[in-house]
Amino acid sequence: MALLEVNKLVTEFHSREGVARALDQVSFTLEKGKVLGIVGESGSGKSVTAFSLMNLIDSPGRIASGNILFKGEDLLKLHPKRWNQLRGNRIAMVFQDPMMSLNPVMRIGDQLAETVSIHRPIRGSALNDLVHEALRKVGISAPRERMRAYPHELSGGMRQRVAIANAMINDPDLIIADEPTTALDVTIQAQILYEMKNLVRDSGTALIWISHDISVVKDLADDICVMYAGRVIERGPVHEVIRQPAHPYTQGLINSLPQSSGKGRRLYSIPGATPPLLSLPSGCAFAPRCARASSTCAQVPPTVVAGHREHRCYHPLGAL
Amino acid sequence: MTSTSAQESASPATPMQLLLRRFLRNRVATAAALLLLLLILVALLAPVLSPQNPYDLSMVSFMDAEQPPGGVSVAHQMHFWLGSDGAGRDILSSILYGLRISLGIGLASAVVALFFGTCIGLLAAYAGGRVDAMLMRIVDIQLSIPTVLVALILLAALGQGVDKTLMALVLVQWATFARNVRGVAQVERGKEYVEAALGQGLPARYVMLRHVLPNCMAPLIVTTTNQIASAITLEATMSFLGIGLPQTRPSLGLLISNGFDYMLSNQYWISVFPGLALVLLVVSISLVGDQLRVALNPKLDL
Repeated sequence: MALLEVNKLVTEFHSREGVARALDQVSFTLEKGKVLGIVGESGSGKSVTAFSLMNLIDSPGRIASGNILFKGEDLLKLHPKRWNQLRGNRIAMVFQDPMMSLNPVMRIGDQLAETVSIHRPIRGSALNDLVHEALRKVGISAPRERMRAYPHELSGGMRQRVAIANAMINDPDLIIADEPTTALDVTIQAQILYEMKNLVRDSGTALIWISHDISVVKDLADDICVMYAGRVIERGPVHEVIRQPAHPYTQGLINSLPQSSGKGRRLYSIPGATPPLLSLPSGCAFAPRCARASSTCAQVPPTVVAGHREHRCYHPLGAL
Repeated sequence: MTSTSAQESASPATPMQLLLRRFLRNRVATAAALLLLLLILVALLAPVLSPQNPYDLSMVSFMDAEQPPGGVSVAHQMHFWLGSDGAGRDILSSILYGLRISLGIGLASAVVALFFGTCIGLLAAYAGGRVDAMLMRIVDIQLSIPTVLVALILLAALGQGVDKTLMALVLVQWATFARNVRGVAQVERGKEYVEAALGQGLPARYVMLRHVLPNCMAPLIVTTTNQIASAITLEATMSFLGIGLPQTRPSLGLLISNGFDYMLSNQYWISVFPGLALVLLVVSISLVGDQLRVALNPKLDL
């Protein structure tokens, strides 16, 4: 049984202008201890996927249909109390902006201790040692002193390490990381990426890594999900997908990487822009920007499964 | 808020120390804070410091009535440094005792109003939707009626007394707190650390109290300071009009009112000195409140 199984998840946001379908029939699975990368542009539904998995979708948004099976338990049918037992304990999340995701008026140590004590009966010096160990594991120097620090006294990279320590402190089965390195500069980004990879490998935690940067996911993930306009348009083992993408959009993303264009050449970019969610084209949302589109693309492409890969395109590249 | 690496190496200052440092940068406000501290101290120590207990009838003599400032008592061995009133009470002593009452009432009403206002404001921000709309409309209605009018009507209906004055003051003040807290809490609620706290499995109610509320403290402290000042003025107004505190518990407002009849006969001191004390008290609180607003706002780099 897979650790996490998402089936045809639909999340909608209601507004006066209409209903925006932020997630449309999103499905994927994640095995224990594996890393899944979710990539896509802004507005493709990456973060909404994360927030849906954590049940943190606020009104006017709501999960309209589908199911999320976590260790066989349907998360969408859970009582709020059960949710509070799972969140932070079995499923944890690392947010995008480390400047914002820590409480500015609470000491670092207290915030981590709170995450532990709400889920486990650990108190006193044992709790203190656990927090200390968690901070040490994510590479924070002088953790004893840092525990007494307030978030504003730490740098962005340090803060994100604290947030990661906070997510890992209860040894969750699954960590959802929503672009955790986007707000950091490149050197720190590489460090954190490297450390995160080791951390999840050592602890056997499954990881969902959300990023707009396909090159980040390439080095980190086992599987990849490419999202476009709320749909998963391609999914499969990361190296196969990158070597031989099936969907023209995935191909476009790969071609947009600076290392794909030759030295001194113009960088490739996909023509056009993502359509607004309130007025999606009928059929394939990528068709207006796609060189391979034909009249059949006016209908929503079905998910084509080929072995352990799948894609949603009438005109896939290569021989899949 | 400059480079974080520099801050990391420096010895970490507690938020209180930082606040104090930022506060003391303004000389006027520092002077006001010292004056306020002095006034509070003097009010607390009134029984020890004042030359006379103006409400102990054995200490007060009619023969000393209407002594000018600096006059000598006929009945007792003492000077009336700020004069005496129509009943022979020492003005200085009356002011010290009056300060106690004014400050006490102002503080008590602001704290009680702060408590109720915070509960209601947080509830509105937490519940949202209809509960929020309903609570905030009640607040709007409350705030659309002039405070003096509300207090007047209440006191006219309830009668005089310390408890009734307190009740009236709380009733006109809670709405300000509620609106303030709700506004700040709503902003804080939308921030990522609240989402993160919920994502850790902390119950929503707990997050509101332990994470959102402490982050609302800065603006709340400023509001509370200003509300204390306005409670003191409002109480003085009520007492001056003769509907606030009873004669047995004279606040500064009542002292001013008592001396008002003597103004035309040139015995200015009976009204003017309590008036000055009131002005000093309210102005020092306001100045402290203003500087607190500056010191508590990390975006204002001084």
